[in-house]
Amino acid sequence: MTSASMSPASPSGREPAQDVALAVRDLNFHYGTHHALHGISLDFPARCVTAMIGPSGCGKSTLLRVFNKIYALYPGQRATGEVMFDGRNILDDSINLDMLRSRIGMVFQKPTPFPMSIYDNIAFGVRLHEKLNRTEMDERVQDVLTRVALWNEVRDRLNAPATGLSGGQQQRLCIARSIATRPEVLLLDEPTSALDPISTARIEELLDELKEEFTIAIVTHNMQQAARCADRVAFFYLGRLVEVDTADRIFTNPREKQTQDYITGRFG
Amino acid sequence: MTVPETSPVASSRTGRSVPDSGRWRPGRKAMRRQMLDYLATGVSIAAGSLLLLVLVSILWTLLSRGLVGLSWATLTHRMGPPGSGGGLSNAIVGSLLQTGLALLMAAPVGLMCGIYLSEYGRKGNHFASVVRFVADMLMSAPSILIGLFIYQLLVVPFGHFSGFSGAVALAVLALPLIVRTTEDMLRLVPTAMREAGAALGAARWRVILFLCLRSARKGVTTGILLALARMGGETAPLLFTSLGNQTMSTDMTRPMASLPIAIYQYAGASYEDWVQLAWTGALLVTFGVLLINITVRLSSRH
Repeated sequence: MTSASMSPASPSGREPAQDVALAVRDLNFHYGTHHALHGISLDFPARCVTAMIGPSGCGKSTLLRVFNKIYALYPGQRATGEVMFDGRNILDDSINLDMLRSRIGMVFQKPTPFPMSIYDNIAFGVRLHEKLNRTEMDERVQDVLTRVALWNEVRDRLNAPATGLSGGQQQRLCIARSIATRPEVLLLDEPTSALDPISTARIEELLDELKEEFTIAIVTHNMQQAARCADRVAFFYLGRLVEVDTADRIFTNPREKQTQDYITGRFG
Repeated sequence: MTVPETSPVASSRTGRSVPDSGRWRPGRKAMRRQMLDYLATGVSIAAGSLLLLVLVSILWTLLSRGLVGLSWATLTHRMGPPGSGGGLSNAIVGSLLQTGLALLMAAPVGLMCGIYLSEYGRKGNHFASVVRFVADMLMSAPSILIGLFIYQLLVVPFGHFSGFSGAVALAVLALPLIVRTTEDMLRLVPTAMREAGAALGAARWRVILFLCLRSARKGVTTGILLALARMGGETAPLLFTSLGNQTMSTDMTRPMASLPIAIYQYAGASYEDWVQLAWTGALLVTFGVLLINITVRLSSRH
């Protein structure tokens, strides 16, 4: 109850200067009979990194999976409420899923390279939505690979299978693949949890650059990561939004005791 | 550094022997377990060797008896009356035509059926579980029954045996194999791959065709090749369908020769050159199947 009544009072709704990319209002989510999200209301400011933290099973990944409606792959999962994106409620049945997903990209926890060459991994998504000639496609591939700092490592083996890359490279390829379709929002579901510290650091640097252009929503279990990369942090517990604020405030002076307990590792 | 006197290291250095506690000696139970272990290992090795022996002796007999008759003439001359210097060319051509056509029929249907079972017929889909059950049953059905079934379906109504009905019988034989391997291989594709495809805005059919099937392609091809090998060696489904033919015929609507049928007809004959041809035919079939199996092994390794 506190979450629903609290969020409108949160700074998100009172910063008229910043435009909002995704506006969630009174969102409820069900896995069959299990009520996983309770009346979530939350804004995702454009060109900001918003991190979602909370213990396992708190609903943060579920929320992320609502934004590109990937849950619609599974019958029995349903979302009610409102998620406004570019003037439309994406939960509406009339929303074209393929169009939606070309505008809201997603990167998963484990790298998922497609069984094809590095080049085709990127071209696959682009070809779904645009008709580019060979030169334009080459440029696009080089552009996104450069932006994820992978170009120098793979420029000589663009035609080699993507599965031959290391885990960190694969994940950067997946990010490249997602931004190649030129989405407006990028959803990241624990993108570094399967990676070593060096690869993690590179991806975190990358987020800093990407937020110039994209609205980023990231789910993470790593508090330091949230503190390092996020502009805003939302804390979830048991399917409810407990608190959302700037990263500084959440980590130094949170309003709620639950948040305080969680970020200090005292969570019981 | 001082070493305690009771330590075995100390005692060995000084040459004095210290009696052990007696716990090193195995008890009766431990001895029994040890003996049982030896026995079980011995029996397993014997069973394995026996199997290998049978296989090797089959291959050896085939090679020694069949290789003699393998000549250019065997491959180029058609079957003929005893003593006429006939070969197996029409049987080879017939086998290739029938298994080839059978594969063309079974592979697409089997592939699509496997895709349906894996991608659309998961948990709780009753129709899919019926299809799966029937496929499993068909897989273990005696192949002679499949031959009789096609006999009733395609031979009796048209009034004559035909290569086409032989191919259909072989296709029915191969279908469940292809269906189940395709389904099993597609199920190994991680859910994350399907979600990643959908998350890029790819339609479901595109995800299945270009991502799932593509990452399962090795296993799927293996299944199809193994079905091909199985078809190449089957006699029973052809007995009542394509019958066999002494002359060279590529007409699918007429009776057609095949290697297994030629072996069946010639092996029991009382003419020496026919028996020789049966051995050579058996060698050809066996090595054809072996070749397919080796191809499968090599292609699935990389």
